[in-house]
Amino acid sequence: MDLEFDEATLAFREQVRDWLATNVPERPLESFNTARGFEQHRAWEAKLADAGYAAVAWPAAYGGRDASLLEWLVFEEEYYAAGAPARVNQNGIFMLAPTLFSHGTEEQRARILPEMARSDRVWAQAWSEPDAGSDIAALRSTATRTEGGWLLSGQKTWSSRAAFADSAFGLFRSEPDSERHKGLTYLMFDLDAEGVQVRPIAQLDGEYGFAEIFLDNVFVPDSDVLGEPNDGWRVAMTTANNERGLSLRSPGRFLASAERLVDLWCREGDPTDTALGERVADAWIGARAYQLYTFNTVSRLAEGGELGPESSVNKLYWSHLDVALHETALDLLGPSAELTGESAPDTGRWSSGYLFSLAGPIYGGTDQIQRNIVAERLLGLPRESTASKNRGAT
Amino acid sequence: MRFALSREQLDFSRSIGALLAEADTPGVIRAWGSGKHETGLTLWQRLAELGVTALAVPERHGGLGADAVDLVVALDALGYHAVPGPVTESVATVPALLGECGEIDQAATWLPALASGTSIATLAAAPDAPYALDADIADIRLCVADGVLYEFDRPADAPLSSVDVSRRLFAVDSPARSEIAAVMLAIHRTLPVAALATAAQLLGAGRRLLEESVDYAKQRFQYGKAIGQYQAIKHMLADVATQLELARPLLFGAAVAIDSASPDASRDVSAARVATADAAYQAARTALQVHGAIGYTAEHDIGLWLTRVRALTSAWGTQATHRSRVLGELASGAGRAS
Repeated sequence: MDLEFDEATLAFREQVRDWLATNVPERPLESFNTARGFEQHRAWEAKLADAGYAAVAWPAAYGGRDASLLEWLVFEEEYYAAGAPARVNQNGIFMLAPTLFSHGTEEQRARILPEMARSDRVWAQAWSEPDAGSDIAALRSTATRTEGGWLLSGQKTWSSRAAFADSAFGLFRSEPDSERHKGLTYLMFDLDAEGVQVRPIAQLDGEYGFAEIFLDNVFVPDSDVLGEPNDGWRVAMTTANNERGLSLRSPGRFLASAERLVDLWCREGDPTDTALGERVADAWIGARAYQLYTFNTVSRLAEGGELGPESSVNKLYWSHLDVALHETALDLLGPSAELTGESAPDTGRWSSGYLFSLAGPIYGGTDQIQRNIVAERLLGLPRESTASKNRGAT
Repeated sequence: MRFALSREQLDFSRSIGALLAEADTPGVIRAWGSGKHETGLTLWQRLAELGVTALAVPERHGGLGADAVDLVVALDALGYHAVPGPVTESVATVPALLGECGEIDQAATWLPALASGTSIATLAAAPDAPYALDADIADIRLCVADGVLYEFDRPADAPLSSVDVSRRLFAVDSPARSEIAAVMLAIHRTLPVAALATAAQLLGAGRRLLEESVDYAKQRFQYGKAIGQYQAIKHMLADVATQLELARPLLFGAAVAIDSASPDASRDVSAARVATADAAYQAARTALQVHGAIGYTAEHDIGLWLTRVRALTSAWGTQATHRSRVLGELASGAGRAS
């Protein structure tokens, strides 16, 4: 058991660090949930892609550099430590792409991944519907067979990035009258296609981080079905595990925030306020725990292990860590904590990070859903029954 | 990097577990607490036969000279079964301290005896550990005061009692003592080993509390359902599982830091101690809540683990001590995580 990086990984870290030191914009970009900020981030992604850093763990043929999972973690640590911009195409790179690797055709991968890497096409997710939130299998949007493809109708909501993105992916009921997880198909569609209407929704911070999508007989060719028709639930589970698990929120992000929090404590903390000091320590301990937990996961995966319900442990942990870390920063900042934007301490990093952290225990499956998964699939506790007839069963 | 236990380490853990599973540790704990040490001492002897007591003793003194990761593997298993006695002191801390001291005449006699299990040691070192655990049965009774190591006489007084019935604590100021050596630096280097050993037992105890609670939630029926079907129960247990899962890599990361003589070892050990104690304590509180009134009885075994966790949480440094060590090391710029 060790925590040593080999020479090649250390060299890669140096190379990434050097590139970021020269290329990360000095002034933070505007939020990608604004029209202008979105295009700034798209340009940044193209620059990353040109240097081969947009999706390091992908095969080189699609714009990656065949990096190992460990190298990817190292990249992430350096990326967030350098204060590089948030990833505008994260729905594509970290959720759709792993699904394409697992279930897509070679034609789809060759067509979609390179332009995703450059963010020539930015992706939104389209999971939830007005009556299908945590209970995603209750979804009612339909895909109807037509010549050469499908016609999509219905309504999606809370679609992150949809206000400004180019395309979206989600599940549609393709077998009329099918129940729950059956008869669903995973489809990709363009947000500027005929019959699509996008209504941006302002979030807590006033910006348009998500949107409603209305679909009225939107044509999608067969080539944009991911996996087999009516097998969408199984295909989507790949995305869900990636969202909850390793790839969406890597430890580097939290470690960088925790180290900034320690710096903030050293600069502005009241050393006699031991209660707050303990929370600073806990935030760093939590980030370090997540880093080491992930090193263990990567070691297990390297030996043929799989990501299963542990993804939910992961998501429960980092979403709470992120909230606690930002709450601690705000408490440390005192009266100036409520300020946002340029005039706020650290140009508003803590207040905007705080508002963003509050979404963590909701998106990608709420805390309550994750706890059910951990309890039932990891601990083996019985599913909830509506009747009391199975007394004695376990 | 390979941050996972080896097959040998997993086998070692399983063989300790198999031995202890048959040992009726709850019965041993209760007997030990009332001063009947026979079954406990037999158990210690059997652990010695498996090599547990030799792990931290250098090879030249008849030990295994094992690394800290192996020690953590063993002590996690001992914590899981709540083995009574001065585990932290005799198995981990005293061998480490004697190893750090350099030339001490007694080491050549004591270390082989500790390795073989023929002797048991105890150690007090204020302020982190002001009392000596089981000084009445320990053959090697040590205390550190103002940077000096003393050997003290077998106490004549009755032990102080602890919330953990098995923990028989002795004040070290009344028995006569003789000076052995100045150990200012050695004790400083040894305290992380004591904290690591405590953390390992806390993780093991926490895992046991979770498992017992999950089993109970599957068997206990109310309103015609296993209580484990209710989300109120599920969510508490899921939170405990999450905290334990994330404390575990900190524990092994700290052991790796010690083994690689990392300058961040003290920080990493304290981080592990904070997280394992918090997770184990949450496991203990949840276990009692899931068990309900039966868990509050002295007859039920769950209380033995609950009180063990409470006692270990303030042994070898309080949570406040360890948090402040982490923050101090971070603030001094000594610790960047990567």
